[in-house]
Amino acid sequence: MLIDSDIIKSGSATHSDPAIAIETKNLSRAVVGKVLVNDISVQVQHGAVLALVGPSGAGKSSFLRLLNRLDEPTGGTVLLNGRNYRDIAPRALRRRVGMVMQMAYLFPGTVGANIAFGPRQHHETLSREQIAALLERVGLPGYQDNDISHLSGGEAQRVSLARTLANDPEVLLLDEPTSALDEVSARGIEELVLSIIRERQMTCVIVTHDILQAARIADCTMHLEAGRLVAIGPTKEMLDAH
Amino acid sequence: MLTELIHSLSREVIVEVAQAGGAIVLCLAVVILCRLFAVHVERETVISLVRGLVQMVLAGVILAMLLHGNLLVGALILLAMTVAAATTASRRAKEVKDALLLSFYAIVAGAGIVLAGMIATGTLSSDIAVLVPVGSMIIANAMNACAQSIERFRADVAAHVGQVEAGLALGADPAATVAPYVQSAVYASLLPRLDMLKSLGLVWIPGVMAGMMVSGASPTYAAIYQFTIVAMILAASGITGLVVTLLIRTRIFSPAAQLMLHQGEPR
Repeated sequence: MLIDSDIIKSGSATHSDPAIAIETKNLSRAVVGKVLVNDISVQVQHGAVLALVGPSGAGKSSFLRLLNRLDEPTGGTVLLNGRNYRDIAPRALRRRVGMVMQMAYLFPGTVGANIAFGPRQHHETLSREQIAALLERVGLPGYQDNDISHLSGGEAQRVSLARTLANDPEVLLLDEPTSALDEVSARGIEELVLSIIRERQMTCVIVTHDILQAARIADCTMHLEAGRLVAIGPTKEMLDAH
Repeated sequence: MLTELIHSLSREVIVEVAQAGGAIVLCLAVVILCRLFAVHVERETVISLVRGLVQMVLAGVILAMLLHGNLLVGALILLAMTVAAATTASRRAKEVKDALLLSFYAIVAGAGIVLAGMIATGTLSSDIAVLVPVGSMIIANAMNACAQSIERFRADVAAHVGQVEAGLALGADPAATVAPYVQSAVYASLLPRLDMLKSLGLVWIPGVMAGMMVSGASPTYAAIYQFTIVAMILAASGITGLVVTLLIRTRIFSPAAQLMLHQGEPR
């Protein structure tokens, strides 16, 4: 993880560092006179996990949504492997930068159809075996033909995670994936996420309101307030500072 | 034209005025009855009755003058009706850019195709006295279909922002993420017209048929003609509902496939 925003501000990022998976350059977003994200520059190395913490309304989710261009920055940009993400087709970008939301938001139908959704959008078909393997990995073996209406909150979030992983993303964005779950389910999802990102060596950015969760998952933590980056550093140091 | 207008104020019109007076008296009697039960609608009823009467008399006088015009005058009247219909329908989608223009295109597509088809096949006379009343019925129904489609689509997308954005986040084409809501919007616009067709002759005998029978047409001919009109209303509504929903679908997403509804809300 690199935390030196001065490097970016000095313009040295014009020659890309192959170690950097995703980088924001003076990223900002404002709507109807309110600044949601204010001039944030940060780099995340391949395989690193960055946690975003801060009070409600600090701009954590707004920042995350800019990383896969679900919202449009009003200033600055994002580089994915050194390439300006505006040069990548949005649909292809979102496949490479996967996102798991606070709620599962599954589509009506079976668990299997939800898992196959992402690849199908790019004219790829997942075999039953591939779907079964993904479900096995998220702890839901044999759920392929189950209707999503019969799932618990924790199970739905596991399906949501598997659905995102089916696209085989390079970067995983997690927007408070456990905040809508009970404590046991939340801990289960957290352990699952941690094991998967370690196993796949995925670059990950997670929004959490829980600094202890950040400590368990993230190498580095970024503290936001009113859309501004107020502190960033190794999670242990950030935890000690609090 | 003025002579004809004066001539139209015949004994028949005087009888109609007397009948309208009777209807007003009956309405006022209902108002008094409501007052006995502490339901106070006196002011509103009087205003509504006066407005309704004045508007209809004015519309009658204007139509009496216009209905002697040629096809161009008829087309202009229908165009003005379409603009008014689009203005009314687009009020349901204030947050959608160019909603008025999109509604106008959709109503022109639905009502225009159907009216042109009916005139081309001889189903509808291009005589302004026939074209304007039948055209207004088709435009009015296209307007309702347009408003119902917009309302349903907007409400469904707003209620499923999470699912739509989950689809976008998985790399889906924006059109695919709202496909179920397009279907339900078009269906919602067709449903009242389908019910209208089903109940035709059982629950209601529409005005065109009643009017034709009163003026001496064969009931069978009048019934088949009425069926044709209602079927054309269904067709115009379907085209309008589909066109407006597809047009609005293109406006709720940005070129970068971002959902534009609720863009003002901080997250």
